[in-house]
Amino acid sequence: MNTNGTLVRVDGVEKVFHRGSEDIHVLRDLHLEVPAGEFLALMGPSGSGKSTLLNLIGGLDRPSRGTVTVGGEQTGQMSDRHLAAWRARHIGFVFQLYNLLPVLTAERNVELPLLLTHLSRAERRKHVETVLAVVALSHRAKHYPRTLSGGEQQRVGIARAIVTDPTLLLCDEPTGDLDRKSGDEILDLLQALNRQHGKTVIMVTHDPHASARASRTVYLNKGQLSDRPVD
Amino acid sequence: MSFQHLIWSNLKRKKLRTLLTVLSVAIAFVLFGLLSSIKQALTGGVSMEGANRLVVQHKVSIIQLLPVSYKARMERISGVAAATHQTWFGGYYQDRKYFFMQCPVVPAEFLEMHPELILPPDQKQVWLRTRTGAIVGRKTAERFHWKIGDRVPIQTPIWAKGDGSPTWDFDIVGIFDGKEKTDDTMSLLFHYDYFDEARRSGKGEVGWYTIRVKDPAQAAAVAKLVDEEFENSAEETRTEPEGAFLQAWVKQIGNIALMTAAILGAVFFTILLVTGNTMSQAVRERTGELGVLKAIGFTNGRILALVLAESCVLAALGGGLGLGCACIVVPALAKPLSAMLPMFFFPVRDLLVGSGICLALGVVTGFFPALQAMRLCVADALRRM
Amino acid sequence: MAGPINWLSQVASVAKFGLLGIPQRLGSVTAAVIGIAGVVGVLIGVLSMAVGFQRAMNASASADAAIILRSGADNEMVSGFARDETRVISDAPGLARNAQGPMASAELFVIIDLLKRSTGTRANVPLRGVGPAAFGVRDHLKMEKGRTFAWGRNEVIVGVGAAQEFAGLEVGSALKVGHQQWPVVGTFSARGGTAESELWTDATVLQEAYHRGTSFQSVYAKLSSPAAFLQFKDSLTSDPRLNVKVLRQAEYYAGQSTVLSTLITTLGYLVASLMAIGAVFGALNTMYSSVSARTREIATLRALGFGAGAVVVSVMLESVALALAGGTLGAGVAYLACNGFHTATVNWQSFSQVTFAFTVTPLLLTQGIVWATIIGLAGGLLPALRAARLPIAAALREL
Repeated sequence: MNTNGTLVRVDGVEKVFHRGSEDIHVLRDLHLEVPAGEFLALMGPSGSGKSTLLNLIGGLDRPSRGTVTVGGEQTGQMSDRHLAAWRARHIGFVFQLYNLLPVLTAERNVELPLLLTHLSRAERRKHVETVLAVVALSHRAKHYPRTLSGGEQQRVGIARAIVTDPTLLLCDEPTGDLDRKSGDEILDLLQALNRQHGKTVIMVTHDPHASARASRTVYLNKGQLSDRPVD
Repeated sequence: MSFQHLIWSNLKRKKLRTLLTVLSVAIAFVLFGLLSSIKQALTGGVSMEGANRLVVQHKVSIIQLLPVSYKARMERISGVAAATHQTWFGGYYQDRKYFFMQCPVVPAEFLEMHPELILPPDQKQVWLRTRTGAIVGRKTAERFHWKIGDRVPIQTPIWAKGDGSPTWDFDIVGIFDGKEKTDDTMSLLFHYDYFDEARRSGKGEVGWYTIRVKDPAQAAAVAKLVDEEFENSAEETRTEPEGAFLQAWVKQIGNIALMTAAILGAVFFTILLVTGNTMSQAVRERTGELGVLKAIGFTNGRILALVLAESCVLAALGGGLGLGCACIVVPALAKPLSAMLPMFFFPVRDLLVGSGICLALGVVTGFFPALQAMRLCVADALRRM
Repeated sequence: MAGPINWLSQVASVAKFGLLGIPQRLGSVTAAVIGIAGVVGVLIGVLSMAVGFQRAMNASASADAAIILRSGADNEMVSGFARDETRVISDAPGLARNAQGPMASAELFVIIDLLKRSTGTRANVPLRGVGPAAFGVRDHLKMEKGRTFAWGRNEVIVGVGAAQEFAGLEVGSALKVGHQQWPVVGTFSARGGTAESELWTDATVLQEAYHRGTSFQSVYAKLSSPAAFLQFKDSLTSDPRLNVKVLRQAEYYAGQSTVLSTLITTLGYLVASLMAIGAVFGALNTMYSSVSARTREIATLRALGFGAGAVVVSVMLESVALALAGGTLGAGVAYLACNGFHTATVNWQSFSQVTFAFTVTPLLLTQGIVWATIIGLAGGLLPALRAARLPIAAALREL
């Protein structure tokens, strides 16, 4: 993998959804290159296909046409099993609604991706403690999601996303459900991860305040990318 | 944390629902244990030792008597190692309701014919010497609190003594046990000589014969020879292996096996529905979470295994609880039921079958929900979180 | 006036919402309904066996019918009379009389082995030798096919129950008993009584075939009136020439069937009780899930002013409605599957087979419905209380 080169390359990608008898073209002939170490913001009106693009990059879905290459590997070619393993190793997801498992404590939620590795219990615990310190939530490790505030839950989400030390962080409206203060804390965290830990971050957002934190912003409208916002 | 922890946490999610489902499954398995025991009580009782024995009865019906002179003729038939007779005494002690078999027999021959009957040698010697002596199985001895040395009166409406009295006195000189759990320990056995001399009518006639064959593989052939021997005599015989004889008695009751299978079938079908439904619900509620797991990188195979493991743990909890209760309840019921169903116990064989059913239940109820979970499209699932 | 009506309409609304939501909860609803159907079906099925058996035993017991056995004998098998004794019994006061004389039939019976059709294995079937008065004494006897046997000949007639359950009893065929052939010349019915499980022939012919000399085993008698029983009994028991016991036939048959009836009834209730407990758990599950699925809806209704009591009642109504659906289903299936199912089993007290038909009576059906209702109430109560005590504000906020 090219550490200073392109990490993500999206080439001629189209995505078509079939709803009954209708075909909905969400993405058309998309080209995007994301260099390693970038903090990219993806903006656009709702329905423009931002989340779809994010899913394609993260291997949660396959393009109808074109290729998606992450770290030199074409994800469209991989089998489901291979893709799952690949995701576990290379991608960290942060969701708008945090998506924590309510039956697990914060630290156990964070530990979840590590179950897919061959680390021993002691090693897993060490990783969890480390990332919880990074997101400053060590004191709430044994709490269940329902007793955490929105901001705290999202920090747990971020901790989970980085616990396997992935190459790429994909964030889908990470501050969408938070108040301004909590949202700022999250953005601070993402920025720190990007600048101090060298993580590549792609963030979907509709909030210009959030996108201002990114190093580059691209705009998606009607399935097409551009560097300028559309009115 | 481990996968086990994940499974446990999911089951604890809705504790009440899990508890109720586990209890439903447990009940089904308690029923299973109960019905297996009832089936055992009604159909069990075929001794291992009986494999080389035949029973010879009067061809017309069991209540007809056979001449005692037949013994010599039987022992001359090729393939017959020994023959001995016994007769239905049909008596009762104090309480008509507590049924136990009493038979006049030829003691030495009988003991040799039935090695599963365990009698201490000193008691055996006393019995052989004592004309009015009787040995009794431990179950009956305990029931009536009989001890060696007791003199017990048994009344029978069938056999009056010479003086017209229906009451016969016996001296208890021995208490016997059986080799296996299913061997008889309820009967009372006494001297044929005493019986034949004292009875008013039917002298020289006995109820049925037991024959030991030299080679168990030849049992059916020898049985045929015996019946041919007496074919044109006044009293014709019907001979069959001991196992078949006992089975015929049970078959008289009806198709017990079918009935218990039918009831159990209905019960388990219902439980299947209830548990399957719980599992489906549980999976449906967690669509979003399962999507997250997939996003993190859990493979389809892992998701399938997770759901199946949950359903199996659920089934195992219920099954274990139910079978465990059955193991406690059945022996507790054995005493009060002993008058009606003497051989009431939960056979190990059926316990193993029950465990197998439990496992199968877990797999079947988890299967379709697991498939459903596996096939989830991740993006869709995440949206539904 | 407005109060109760208002309350009733509240109950109706909440219940209606609940029932309307059933399609979304179809899985758990079906599970509960079928669970309860299973309980009711098994209960009725097994008990119908006991009812049918008892009916067969008691059917022929009219109030003026008596049976005389040797004193100390529990049943005919172990009883015995000399011919003289039977004559003394026939002379006793209190007996009905017809043109042929006193209506007392001296009888004996033996057991023969026949093949049971359903299992293909042997079974003990009673062959009864009767006296000329027998047909009058048991006045529900009717020839269904063929003719009755000729006195003095080795002919038998067969009860319709026996003909159905055992092989080789068609009119025109012959039984081989011992060395002799006994032609079957007719079949008879006896209003479902035990006689239908038997084969009948002339007592003297049977005595000869079985070397019984002139001894009998029982006397069946018809009294001049039900009230004459005491007189009849006293005269016989005080007679020094006799050593007998005198019973009304109803009493005798009741005694004959106790062990088996008790066994079947006990087992039936045991199995059904356990299933019922399981069904209650299933119903609880369903109702809890029903309530939790409608948390926000119920909270909204209560916020709008619907009373907690109305909520409780309507949830219980829903539960009972489901239970009744299940109960009816189970009762229907049991009725269709079991009623009239003809079978035979061995009565250990008499050592011989008794044929009978499973009988599903209205009483049994009612019992089943009652059980279903109780299960419904039990399964609905706790969920109903939970629904009523929901903290409204929290529930409204629930996403």
